[in-house]
Amino acid sequence: MADINNGYLLQQLQGRFEADIISADEPYGMLTIEFNKNKIVELLSYLYDHNQLQMQFLTDVCGIHYPDNAGKELGVIYHLHSLQNNLRLRIKCFMPNDAPEIDTVSSVFASANWQERETFDFYGIHFTGHPDLRRILNVDEMDYFPLRKEYPLEDQTRTDKDDTYFGR
Amino acid sequence: MNEELGCKKQFLIPNFKFLIYKMSNIQITPPPAGLEGQGFFATKVEEAIGLARANSIWPLPFATSCCGIEFMATMASDYDLARFGSERISFSPRQADLLMVMGTIAKKMGPVLRQVYLQMAEPRWVIAVGACASSGGIFDTYSVLQGVDKVIPVDVYVPGCPPRPEQIIDGVMKIQELVKTESLRRRTSPEYKALMASYGIE
Repeated sequence: MADINNGYLLQQLQGRFEADIISADEPYGMLTIEFNKNKIVELLSYLYDHNQLQMQFLTDVCGIHYPDNAGKELGVIYHLHSLQNNLRLRIKCFMPNDAPEIDTVSSVFASANWQERETFDFYGIHFTGHPDLRRILNVDEMDYFPLRKEYPLEDQTRTDKDDTYFGR
Repeated sequence: MNEELGCKKQFLIPNFKFLIYKMSNIQITPPPAGLEGQGFFATKVEEAIGLARANSIWPLPFATSCCGIEFMATMASDYDLARFGSERISFSPRQADLLMVMGTIAKKMGPVLRQVYLQMAEPRWVIAVGACASSGGIFDTYSVLQGVDKVIPVDVYVPGCPPRPEQIIDGVMKIQELVKTESLRRRTSPEYKALMASYGIE
């Protein structure tokens, strides 16, 4: 049996999802792939059910916003961990600003439920098929997505700061 | 048995005298201004009530972060807030006189804080302890309330990040001064009603 490492993992992925892997890299020793966002559920269930890889722990789901990346402004990043092999994988899926939609992976990982809600809360990415997609951390009345770059981080009701010293 | 007691008595008497001597050094709250004569003392009801209220303030700690830790030190034996009549910490807003907001208040917690304030009976006072409760502090961000005075009226602000127990005690003493000198009619005055109305409280 081959060693279960990044090379083996990438080889397995390329064997199955050749056309869907947009790029692959290995920053700081962690295999990172950019992937076709329409096949994310298929990829995650393949890795979950794989006999050798057994990537059955979803470490993190988070969003990211690159406003200058035309057509790929918003992204969702998945971190997987195989506890059997101590092997990690980072998957990035990008989507345009005007159609921030991706399939939910909560059918594969129940723990994705709240993490996807958080990603929706801060970046406004819609997870189609999510059982309960509503805000989780911010106030329910909030009408924008605060971690998108077009919104200022500072609170606009602040009165005790002199703007000339704080660059507003 | 009796011998035993007698023996103890002998032992106690000199100590007891010593205690009386020491106790006479303890400062007690001075009486309010009034007319004093042999066997009587006359003052205004307002001042007598103010005196009683000021020296029996029941605080409700609303502690959310590091200022709450400083408050714990303030309550504990070294600094001993009980010396100022605040022995009894009220964890129910219904019986509390003083709401002590200590720590960062997230916007999501704003309505909770407001509800706690509304549940308190009049007369009620509020002290904002620390930079976060006073103005948002370092948290100039979309998720943090920029000072609790955005949702409830505040009587005393204590600066510091976090303030030392001495500063918190100073704030409580400022509250005591406010309580002592407050007019009994203040809470029904048009100014007070206008203040409440500005916060949307009837």
